[in-house]
Amino acid sequence: MRQISAETIRKKVYDLILQASYHIGDDVCRAVSEAREKEPSPAGRAVLGQLLDNYAIAREENVAICQDTGMCVIFLEIGQDAHVTGGDLNEALNQAVHDAYTEGYLRKSVVRDPLYQRENTRDNTPAVVHTRIVPGENIDILVTPKGFGSENMSRIKMLVPADGEQGVIDFVVDAVRQAGPNPCPPVIVGVGIGSTMEGAALMAKRMTARSLDAPNPDPRYAELEQKILKRINALGIGPAGIGGRCTALAVNIMTAPTHIAGMPVAVNLCCHAARHAHAVL
Amino acid sequence: MAAIHIDLPLTPEKVASLRAGDEVIFNGVLYTARDAAHKRLVACLDEGRPLPFDVRGQLIYYVGPAPASPGHAVGSAGPTTSYRMDAYAPRLLDEGLLGMMGKGKRSPAVIDSMKKNGAVYFGAVGGAAALIARCIVKSEVIAYEDLGAEAIHRFTVRDFPALVLIDSQGNNLYEIGPKQYQTEEQNG
Ligand code: SF4
Repeated sequence: MRQISAETIRKKVYDLILQASYHIGDDVCRAVSEAREKEPSPAGRAVLGQLLDNYAIAREENVAICQDTGMCVIFLEIGQDAHVTGGDLNEALNQAVHDAYTEGYLRKSVVRDPLYQRENTRDNTPAVVHTRIVPGENIDILVTPKGFGSENMSRIKMLVPADGEQGVIDFVVDAVRQAGPNPCPPVIVGVGIGSTMEGAALMAKRMTARSLDAPNPDPRYAELEQKILKRINALGIGPAGIGGRCTALAVNIMTAPTHIAGMPVAVNLCCHAARHAHAVL
Repeated sequence: MAAIHIDLPLTPEKVASLRAGDEVIFNGVLYTARDAAHKRLVACLDEGRPLPFDVRGQLIYYVGPAPASPGHAVGSAGPTTSYRMDAYAPRLLDEGLLGMMGKGKRSPAVIDSMKKNGAVYFGAVGGAAALIARCIVKSEVIAYEDLGAEAIHRFTVRDFPALVLIDSQGNNLYEIGPKQYQTEEQNG
C-alpha cells in the first residue's frame, strides 16, 4: 500500500490548473500552426495567426489563454494500492480549484444552483471529478478546464444498431455544422461511441483531451476519425466561423461495449483553447 | 483591404456605411454586458427605471473578463457566445444601442431589429483573449458589481481589432464566408 497525502494531491492539481490555463499544449499549437499554412482563406489565416499570438502572450505573461477558464474537470485514475492520507480527497481537489482560480487570476464561472438563484460560488468550485479505480499504486491526474462556448454545442444521441457507420458520421458532422461559429473553431471533436448514455458522454469528454499526435489505436476507428474530419473540414465554417477549410483540428473517438439494442453516440466539442495538463503521482 | 478606424461611440452614419466582412479598429469607450446584466437591463426597461448608462450610440461587448493580474488593466477578455443575449438585444436596440460585439450566430429576430434600428453586430476572435486584453487600456465597473465578471464594465480601448459580422442591412459574414469554402465532400 502506497501512501499519498491529500496535500500532495492538492499542490499537484493546483499546478496543473495554472499550467493548463496559461500554457497551451505543443500538439495543439503545432496543429494550429500547420492549419495556418494550409488555410486558403486569408481571413481564416489571420484568425489562426491571432490564436498563435494569443498562445504566445498567455505563455509569456502567465495569463489565461481564454477568459472563460471553464469548469474544472478532473479525471483521476487511482491505483487500488494507493491510499490517500491526511484528509478528504474531494476537499483537496476543491481547495486546489479555490486556490488556483483565486491566486491565478482565473475567472470564476460556476453558479451553485443551475436553475433558480444561479449565484456564483466565487471560487469556481466545485470541480467536476471523474474517478476510476485501476491496478497499481499511482494516482494519474488529468486536469481539463472546459469552457462553455464549446460545451454548449455538444450533443448526445441514442442511435440504433441499424444506423451503422453512416449514422455515426452524419450525427457527428451535423453537430459541428449546427454549432457553426459558436464553439470557437477550429475545434477538437471528442466522440464517444457505445456504453450507456452517460458512458458515451464521459468518453467524449475524455477524448477532447487526447493528444492530437495519437490516433485511435484500432485502425478501423483511426480511419473513421479521418473520414469524419475530412467531411467536417468540407463544411466551410473555418477559423472563427467566418469561412475556411480548417473547422476542426482533430476527431478523437473512444469506444466501449454496448447493449444489443443500442449505439449511443456523444459529441463533446472543445475549442482551440484546448487546455489540459497531466501528471502521475 | 485596409481596416476602417472607428472612434467610439458609434454614429448612425458610420454604422450604415459598414458592410459584413469589413475589418475595423476601435478607439474610445465601450460597455460590457453578459446574460445576467442583460436580464437586469431589460428588467429596468420593463419597470420604467433608468438604465445604468445611456445606451444610445453605444457599443456593448459581450464579455466576462478574467480578473486583472498586477500590471494589467484587465485580465483576458475575449468575446462570449452572443445567442444567449438574443432574447434581450432587440429591447436595447429599440432604446438606441447601435452596436453589439461577441461571437457566434444571432437569431432572425435580432437581425430584423438590427435592420429596423440601423445597428451592427461586430465579432472579435473568440479565444484570442490575452491578445484582446492588450487593447483594453482602462476598465471600470459602472454597474452590478455584485455580478463579478458579469458586472457592467466601461472599457477604454486602443486599436481594438474586430470584424463586421452582420451589417445594418442584414448581410451576414457567417453565411457569406462559409459558402465560399464549403465543398461537396461535406455530404460524404
Ligand atoms: S469556446 Fe473556448 S475559446 Fe471560445 S470563448 Fe469559450 S473557452 Fe474561450
